[in-house]
Amino acid sequence: MKMHKELREHIIKLLEKGLRLDGRKSLQYRSPIVIKKGIIKTAEGSAHVSIGDTEVLAGVKLEVSEPYPDTPDEGGIMVGAELLPLSNPEFELGPPGIQAIELARVIDRGIRESKAIDLKALCIKEGEKAWTVIIDICPINDNGNLFDASALAVISALMDTRFPKYENEKIDYKVKTDKKLPVNVLPIAVTVIKLGNSFLVDPDTEEENVIDARLTVSTKEDGTICSLQKGGETPFTFEEIDKIVDIAIEKSAELRQHILGNR
Amino acid sequence: MTYTKRADGRRFDEMRPIEAKVGVIKRADGSAFFRIGNTSAYAAVYGPRNLHPRFLQDPQKGILRCNYNMMPFSGTGERVKPGGNRRSKEISLVTQMALLPVLNLDEYPNSVVDVFIELPQTEAGSRCAGICAASMALADAGLIMNDLVTAISVGKVDDKLVVDLDSSEESYDGIVTDLPVAILPNLNKITLMQMDGQITKEELRKVLKMAQEACKTIYEIQKSALKERYVIEDA
Repeated sequence: MKMHKELREHIIKLLEKGLRLDGRKSLQYRSPIVIKKGIIKTAEGSAHVSIGDTEVLAGVKLEVSEPYPDTPDEGGIMVGAELLPLSNPEFELGPPGIQAIELARVIDRGIRESKAIDLKALCIKEGEKAWTVIIDICPINDNGNLFDASALAVISALMDTRFPKYENEKIDYKVKTDKKLPVNVLPIAVTVIKLGNSFLVDPDTEEENVIDARLTVSTKEDGTICSLQKGGETPFTFEEIDKIVDIAIEKSAELRQHILGNR
Repeated sequence: MTYTKRADGRRFDEMRPIEAKVGVIKRADGSAFFRIGNTSAYAAVYGPRNLHPRFLQDPQKGILRCNYNMMPFSGTGERVKPGGNRRSKEISLVTQMALLPVLNLDEYPNSVVDVFIELPQTEAGSRCAGICAASMALADAGLIMNDLVTAISVGKVDDKLVVDLDSSEESYDGIVTDLPVAILPNLNKITLMQMDGQITKEELRKVLKMAQEACKTIYEIQKSALKERYVIEDA
């Protein structure tokens, strides 16, 4: 992004005064944050999340397959993300690129490592059949911060998920049972951006184009960190990591309220 | 066995409930959402913009590029593998042909107008929903158009001619004919026509008349959605 030098300097100067282009404080998310669950009838679970103008859809499909030989009594999770060219003029058609893969893998780790889903509860018959939870992330409008919006959408979609009818080794996708997917932990991702000497959360497109570095921190309700991902070219000092984690934990509590208020 | 009553109680010439909204994707140059029953479609238009790779460029006029895609969780059964398949490629092509006649891209040599159609949820009639959404998105993008494009699937279930087949009708155990059409409502022309199944000449004539009537309704819904987008509020 060569064209952004002047904009970058302007944004940094504003941040030093505690200001941002759209009038927010540096550690303030855009509003409103809206979570709508169960909006897609063809999915076993779904959620539409908007943070300001950024909009993400997440959908869950359940399939039955043979468990991995090393975990015969566990089901599996799979997270996919496609950066739809519908959502951003810079995204192109084609197989998932490096950006989409990073997004999917960071969200996957947040869910997997927090043990949000009890994989043992997905086992149908040990060594033979278990449920696989397939989560897909589809941005509708990318106006920045797809990481945090996607993590919110995915955990909300999982909370919305109900098993389809399964009889005689066949799934009847048209009939949903009352049995919910067991979601035990609510991991929340907060991405903290470093720009100049300042930190901010929830970057919009203009800010995202000029960042120095980012750290995505997923945390559980008790503050335990369950995934980390650094991005951007600039290194962090140890003190900066400390500060970022504090910000992430504080902000995740705020975001978690949106999920809990929607239960 | 004859087909006497539709599963959801509709009249044979009645469409499922329709919802239309324009300007739903902020970053796009034009966008729209169209829902008919349990089938919904987003469409985003980007352009006219530079076309790469350059060998695709036409120095005489701009080109239209359409892409139809079902989201992985949008199918009634198993997950749809991302990345498209033969079906989605064909639908992208016929969608392009359905929309192209209303556009005049002579003013945009070497450029492209991209239309991306994404379906979050489908239950029959998805290509028609995509075309209806795309046509509104093109208008929202401010492109010069001769007409809007409306589309609906008509057909035959047993001996009954029907408008807007749903998934229970598509998978009906008996004779089923599915015939999606796109109609330019003012110019009275057909820009998409496909068919699965069989039909007589007389039935075809009748069912196309039914499609024409349905498309008038869709046209009114599209128009009011477009007007809603550009409401000027009093200060």
